[in-house]
Amino acid sequence: MSFETKIKEEYKWGFETNIEREEFPKGLNEDIVRLISKKKNEPEWLLDYRLKAFKIWKEMEHPTWQYSTIPEIDFEDLYYYASPKGTKEAPKSLDELDPELLETFEKLGIPLQEQKRISGVAVDAVFDSVSLGTTWKEDLEKAGVIFCSISEAVEKHPELVKKYLGSVVPPTDNFYAALNAAVFSDGSFVYIPKGVTCPMDLSTYFRINAKETGQFERTLIVADDDSYVNYLEGCTAPQRDENQLHAAIVEIVALDNAEVKYSTVQNWYAGDKEGKGGIFNFVTKRGICKCVNSKISWTQVEAGSAITWKYPSCILQGDNSEGAFYSVALTNHMMQADTGTKMVHIGKNTKSTIISKGISAEQSENVYRGLVKIMPSAKNARNYSQCDSMLIGDKCAANTFPYIDVKNPTATVEHEASTSKISADQLFYLQSRGVDPEKAISLIVNGFCKDVFKTLPLEFSVEAVKLIEMKLENSVG
Amino acid sequence: MSLLKVGNLKAEVEGNEILKGINLEVKPGEIHAIMGPNGSGKSTLSKVIAGHPDYELTSGELEFNINGKMQDISELEAYERARDGIFLGFQYPIEVPGVTNIGFMRESFNALCEHQGAELMGEEEFRDFVKTKLPALNMSEEFLDRAVNEGFSGGEKKKNEILQMLIMNPRLALLDETDSGLDIDALKTVADGVNSMKSKFNAFVLVTHYQRLLDYIQPDFVHVLYKGKIIKSGGKELALELEKKGYDWLIEESKQ
Repeated sequence: MSFETKIKEEYKWGFETNIEREEFPKGLNEDIVRLISKKKNEPEWLLDYRLKAFKIWKEMEHPTWQYSTIPEIDFEDLYYYASPKGTKEAPKSLDELDPELLETFEKLGIPLQEQKRISGVAVDAVFDSVSLGTTWKEDLEKAGVIFCSISEAVEKHPELVKKYLGSVVPPTDNFYAALNAAVFSDGSFVYIPKGVTCPMDLSTYFRINAKETGQFERTLIVADDDSYVNYLEGCTAPQRDENQLHAAIVEIVALDNAEVKYSTVQNWYAGDKEGKGGIFNFVTKRGICKCVNSKISWTQVEAGSAITWKYPSCILQGDNSEGAFYSVALTNHMMQADTGTKMVHIGKNTKSTIISKGISAEQSENVYRGLVKIMPSAKNARNYSQCDSMLIGDKCAANTFPYIDVKNPTATVEHEASTSKISADQLFYLQSRGVDPEKAISLIVNGFCKDVFKTLPLEFSVEAVKLIEMKLENSVG
Repeated sequence: MSLLKVGNLKAEVEGNEILKGINLEVKPGEIHAIMGPNGSGKSTLSKVIAGHPDYELTSGELEFNINGKMQDISELEAYERARDGIFLGFQYPIEVPGVTNIGFMRESFNALCEHQGAELMGEEEFRDFVKTKLPALNMSEEFLDRAVNEGFSGGEKKKNEILQMLIMNPRLALLDETDSGLDIDALKTVADGVNSMKSKFNAFVLVTHYQRLLDYIQPDFVHVLYKGKIIKSGGKELALELEKKGYDWLIEESKQ
């Protein structure tokens, strides 16, 4: 191999916003949990929920089955709550936000002000532990759609939150789910009422700013009968030398005939080329197709974070329900990713599709891990999985761990996998047509990811292509 | 005025010397055929001229006419050589999954336009332009929207190379065993493509095993490569002689 890999050092979202902030003391104990709950004026039931979760968490051991090498995390050395000062009372309109914050989001390409807001997409902007506000609120309210921060939902729609919070990912689910349930700060809440097609795409933009702070946001999406919503999530963080923990939970509930599409473009800071710093992205995302004919699809473009560890999953409980997982996971430098999905078929005629594209460059480790489980009740269930890995250079690694567990003989399960390498010959072919090496790599990689990118909404797909191009810039010399 | 000048060129890959002193001069308007037994270095020569990074030039000259002047191109990257007008038709064209043929060709065409200061072509205009080239190659439009070479038959791949050549309109086209694996109809089509592009401004170097391609494309010169050296050059009658007598007599001759 005559091309050697070089390093892209620049992370253009790596700036820090200098803003006064309020944070709780470092460390985690019952008092901190109570403090978070109090800070948010939460009802008793939610405090109980948190305290129970905290107890569960304390009893749990950090898992060890993952492929990634995770340095020991000192949970006593983290801040569990940080917010820009003065955001205790939510501003009446986003225009009244601290100009520093408005500028931050503008720099990130997410203008929040009334005149500048992006048309066709409503944005909930989450900065450290709090949601700053949501654009296009009135328009959504007219359609009956609830889109607000989870804190606001607890206050204004407690019955919905109480009914569904933790119903898909209970605190007992895993170590980080328990931790999140105890200390979750903010995140988005979505409710699409019966028969409503959400009039615009909904989007949450997560920004970690504060140092040594964990971000534990919680997103809950409920799509009632015959409703439809397209939800987008973006994330960035400043460039720092120390690792930061991001342990979120996303829960989706789809009722009769409802459809939810959830897309993520994850670009947390990934650390430098030696692997110093970067976000630990340990997230539990799960949706339940609770009733008949419902559909949930996850699309993720994972291009950042020092370690990515997540399995956006679908529980296909309703008959004829459908789950899909489309993923592009790119790792370079010293990044590690252990990601994939779980498709649990319970209902009859349930169907799932998994398309995973892993790209590894430099010395990174990229793992696909997936479970397809067909329960005895899932008559005529069908799954199709395709897991492709692409290696750039010869120091990186790709692994695939597909688990298939079929308990009903009428099920059809297909699995295809491939590993390819961008070869000198392939690059030479494109170059011999006048295409420069960087463009050549990006053509090959984008072609490789095409089946996933085409499931993204247009603007997101353009962004994803650019992001992948940028991440691989200079990765061939 | 030359187009390409190769002077006592030596090249190696992973420490093995493959080209052991090649001399070749190509002028605009000429067609050269490079023949020779397997492993003689024919493909290597075309790759070295096109700039494959795996081959290291250890000595000699490699010059190409750029803007009316002979310039050393040995340090230029493959894509730079392509932009300056060198095209390599591959013996085994590479598949690029997920990238449409037309998208790829437009990327390539516009890279050349940009380099030459010409205006870039938009999607529709480019498609119309490419469509004009299809009938001569007996290709349907459907090829344009398929992924580059993916699932193409051997013959389709070779035709696709010729299509790319016609689009890029190079001054020097190196065709590496473009005739191998083609049936007689496809061979004719490929030859027609070459003949339709041939002009007094451009030149072709055909690397081939067989005389049969030369029935359809008339070479001005035939060179026989053996163990990294040109052991004999002549006119097109040399190819006919080789067809009859094989290479052994030449090899014997060269040893004397």
